Amino acid sequence: MHRYIVSRLLLVIPTLLGAATLVFILMRLIPGDICLVRLGSGGTGFSTQALAACHAEIGIDKPWLLQFWDFIWGLARGDFGISMWSGKPVIQEIATRFPVSLEVALLATTIAIVIAIPLGTISALKQNTWIDLVVRTFSIAGIATPAFWLGILSILLVLDVSQAITGHPWMPSIDYVPIWKDPIRNLSIVMLPAITVGYRYAAVSMRMTRSAMLEVLREDYIRTARAKGLLEKIVINRHALKNALLPVVTVIGIEFAFLIGGLVVTEQVFNLNGIGRLMVQAVQNQDYTLTQALVMLTVTLAVLSNLVVDLLYAWLDPRIRLK
Amino acid sequence: MRRTLWRRAVCAAGLALTIALPAAADDTPKRGGTLIYMIPADAPPSFDAQREETYATIHAAAPYYSTLVRANPMDPGSPDLVCDLCTEMPTPTDNGKTWTFKIRTGVKFHDGTPLTAADVVASWNKIIFPPEGVVSPRQSNFLMVDKVEATDPQTVVFHLKFATDAFILALADPYAWIYSKAKLDQDVHWYEKNILGSGPFKFVKYETGQSIEGVRNPDYYHAGLPYLDGIKGIFADKQVTRVEAIRSDQAAIEFRGFPPTVRDELKQALGDKLAVQTSDWNCGGLITPNHKKKPFDDPRVRRALTLAIDRWGSAADLAKIAIVHTVGGLTFPASPLAPSKEELQQIAGYWPDIEKSRAEAKRLLKEAGQENLTFELLNRSTDQPYKYYGIWVVDQWAKIGVHVTQKVLPTGPWFAAMRAEDFDLTVEGNCQNVVNPLADVGKYLPHTISEGNYGNFEDEHEVDLYNRMLRELDKAKQKALLLEFNKYVLDEQAHGIFLLWWQRIVPYHSYVKGWKIGPSHYVNQDLGTVWLDK
Amino acid sequence: MTDLAPTPLGAAVFTDDTYVAPRGIWSAIKRFFLRQPVGTIGIVLVAIFGFAGITADWIAPYNPTSNDFTAMTEAPSWAHWLGTDQLGRDILSRILFGARTAFVVGLTSAIVGGFSGLILGVGSAYFGGRIDLFLQRILDIVMAFPLIIMALAVVSIFGTGVQNVIIAITIPLIPRCARVVRSSALAIREVPYIDAARALGYSHSRIILNHMVPNVVAPFLIMLTSFVGQAILAEASLSYLGLGVQEPVAAWGLMLQGGAEEYASTAPWIAIFPGLAIMLTVFGINLFGDSLRDELDPKMRER
Repeated sequence: MHRYIVSRLLLVIPTLLGAATLVFILMRLIPGDICLVRLGSGGTGFSTQALAACHAEIGIDKPWLLQFWDFIWGLARGDFGISMWSGKPVIQEIATRFPVSLEVALLATTIAIVIAIPLGTISALKQNTWIDLVVRTFSIAGIATPAFWLGILSILLVLDVSQAITGHPWMPSIDYVPIWKDPIRNLSIVMLPAITVGYRYAAVSMRMTRSAMLEVLREDYIRTARAKGLLEKIVINRHALKNALLPVVTVIGIEFAFLIGGLVVTEQVFNLNGIGRLMVQAVQNQDYTLTQALVMLTVTLAVLSNLVVDLLYAWLDPRIRLK
Repeated sequence: MRRTLWRRAVCAAGLALTIALPAAADDTPKRGGTLIYMIPADAPPSFDAQREETYATIHAAAPYYSTLVRANPMDPGSPDLVCDLCTEMPTPTDNGKTWTFKIRTGVKFHDGTPLTAADVVASWNKIIFPPEGVVSPRQSNFLMVDKVEATDPQTVVFHLKFATDAFILALADPYAWIYSKAKLDQDVHWYEKNILGSGPFKFVKYETGQSIEGVRNPDYYHAGLPYLDGIKGIFADKQVTRVEAIRSDQAAIEFRGFPPTVRDELKQALGDKLAVQTSDWNCGGLITPNHKKKPFDDPRVRRALTLAIDRWGSAADLAKIAIVHTVGGLTFPASPLAPSKEELQQIAGYWPDIEKSRAEAKRLLKEAGQENLTFELLNRSTDQPYKYYGIWVVDQWAKIGVHVTQKVLPTGPWFAAMRAEDFDLTVEGNCQNVVNPLADVGKYLPHTISEGNYGNFEDEHEVDLYNRMLRELDKAKQKALLLEFNKYVLDEQAHGIFLLWWQRIVPYHSYVKGWKIGPSHYVNQDLGTVWLDK
Repeated sequence: MTDLAPTPLGAAVFTDDTYVAPRGIWSAIKRFFLRQPVGTIGIVLVAIFGFAGITADWIAPYNPTSNDFTAMTEAPSWAHWLGTDQLGRDILSRILFGARTAFVVGLTSAIVGGFSGLILGVGSAYFGGRIDLFLQRILDIVMAFPLIIMALAVVSIFGTGVQNVIIAITIPLIPRCARVVRSSALAIREVPYIDAARALGYSHSRIILNHMVPNVVAPFLIMLTSFVGQAILAEASLSYLGLGVQEPVAAWGLMLQGGAEEYASTAPWIAIFPGLAIMLTVFGINLFGDSLRDELDPKMRER
């Protein structure tokens, strides 16, 4: 087991290096650069001299290899550089926005797990009954609905309903406060996006739970356990769930890894100052340093999630562990 | 002498402004309160307006700075400028080539240090004669300036190479904030991340990507101002967020402008708690053909493309859904120097009979051998109004049998494509700030003169016309030359296909008073005269 | 006693369940419709939209891209069943033509992405060792890489257009499929009969095709059907961010981007109908996928 852990950890390095190379090259393949965005957004003209001065100041006129070396060497030292757009350290830009995304992601995951696993199990146990049908419809609807559409409609619903009831249209505060400063206001801001995201997340996990449980429930050892006269509750919890959880954990793990960076559209809709929105801004501004750092952050999170999932795999399934 | 003509012009310009305020204009301003306003951007690239081109910087930090001269906050559309830091508007001497400004005494920066002519000169030198490594995008507006100097601590003198009406209007540049010479000497890039001005408000804090706050400057040199205790600008790039914030009274106003549907939605939701101000906008859209790509090197093809577009017929309908409104040529329609409707209707693309226009377009295409013309229109992926321009003109061109697909790119790659000459035709916007009719058409000059022109053509006659116009001091002759310029660029050569001028609509909570709309969203943003009626 | 051989569709199965094997594809399909009413509803929904997309040229009442300034933002009426958008374009027509775009994008992305993922996933699981390690790293990178950057890169370099949107959407689908297929295949890998088959001298391809692939068919098919739905949703998201199909092409996601927010309170039909179209289509696809899976998996068959 220890060798497995060590070897998996070592494999993280080439993945990260590969991701770094990919983002570096992709960003520079996109035509244009941050100076054009910065100087051109006013709609008035600008001189070549201004453009050249901007290039020199930011450092994108240096040869690619040199820029790449700065990037990688910076990563190794933990120095993510300066955002080309604002001139502030990238770490600072990310740190101010990370808590928001994390909070939404964690809340959404909690909602998802709390809904998905019990509902998925019940749905599997009562396969093809009306309960199963209702749960399945609910979960498929969750997957089928475009998240941003749901978000937009929910904001409007809240506005219209609050106007109808109280006469004053209410919307969550656009000024974010962290949860320790004002928990109620914070939750009012974060709840709607968390539900929107969590619904979809729950739907995916629910389906996986259901299908995995269904598979496991047909297994011979379950039949044996039931034949032995064990309580159904013990059959489910001690025998079925543990094996069903393998693919479920995979799916939850994969989805969570995407969640933080994948909040892109949700944060746009709800105007949350999180790293998903920061990513959109960084990409649109062609801010190489910031984009690179954000991609490395998301990839690292994803890779670590996968690592945790793989390790859990190994723990749950001794056949893999002992290979 | 010239000023009388300008005064007559003010009346005409005033007609361009429609102000719908529910309360009487002579309310007594109340002191106190914090104005919360929305800024339609994510975050400004830097706080140094002298090097930026975006309203994000202006809306965020203009309240903390002063300028030398500015548009009248009570009437921002008027070409009658007023003093901010100077004591009175000077008359130029030496045949119009020397402008002497007296600076107010007792002005202080927010850190207590005094502001003198030396600071004004240092700031203007950074704009007009930027040192190595300093970006100054509006430098070319000041080509007429020979030298700026401080003859004593309260006097600033501008020496020009030639006399022109364009200078004083260019000087009212809302980006030309006055910085402290001491700070500039210490680090010429200091103002990019720091704010230290002499404006009506003192900077308090900036939450990255979220909001920027300031409080009243108790030592402000305009007596009695500002009325507000404090201000807070909240960044929100998404239109719907800004609209809902205003609707739920989390913010009072957004200063750039909304499309007409937003005004309707807010009116429906807020009723008479809403006020709306509307103005012609000193921004227009145009389509630039790439003269280096066949068949767009043929003026007949270019003329055909502009003739096909029914501007008069579409403007009213497009004005319902987009921020476009007025049909005009290259000159700001409300300016006294703009062509009249009759004069405009002589120009190709502005003929009153669209069927006749399109027939002529088809004939021209046939003559040029381009009956089944197909091409790709490069466009920018911005909703208002680029998206609408694109959908509109593609449909208009379909009516003369021209088949067009769109290639829509985000800002950076869009610019790169234009600079790389990698397009057939491109949709562009042209926003200027203070209305400067003579200088504003500089954008349409060939690339060798105007770096912002992507048409890839040479035209000495056009450049000659422009230079004559710039140096002409007689208003009537200026107008005639402008008309000739319009005709030449839009009709004879069709170097550019001008579309429509924009319309600025600002709906806001009616308790906000003391702010007047103007043709430019860069102008009148220091909020010194704003007060809250609650 | 369970048979050693796995069960391809349509073949007889010897289990201790009493079971009647279907003969041929047509009886299998008929069986499906009888036993899976929910899935049938799903496929019918999908078929309606698919039919709409194919016959749009004939059944659409208006041209989907021509502007009509006399009929801007009109509520649903007899002239325009679903109303018009802000440029006067008929929404029903745009939805019908949008179905075509949706299915082209959805099917192409799903098939290309799914089969690429299948090959990579099964190959990775079967061969194991260094091939597995290397492939997994590449897939990890692609899977974790944010879609928006890849989409922006594809759009900026290759331009807009349906084929480029498809490329941008397909790329992230491949590793997702590969990973899930691999996890199922890995479980099979450890089962004794694979080693037995190798010992008997069966070739790689025979083992893979005859033993591994059929056992990953169930999760693969679900992935495939859900991919069609995901691709349609991805197109909507990309269009919302301005990186998808471009005006004036009729595409559901693009219609949402155009009208969803600006007109949501003054002319809700502009936002509601395209969103409903997306939802119903993806809903139908997933219903069908679920039921298909229930039907195919031999272990799932009712006693």
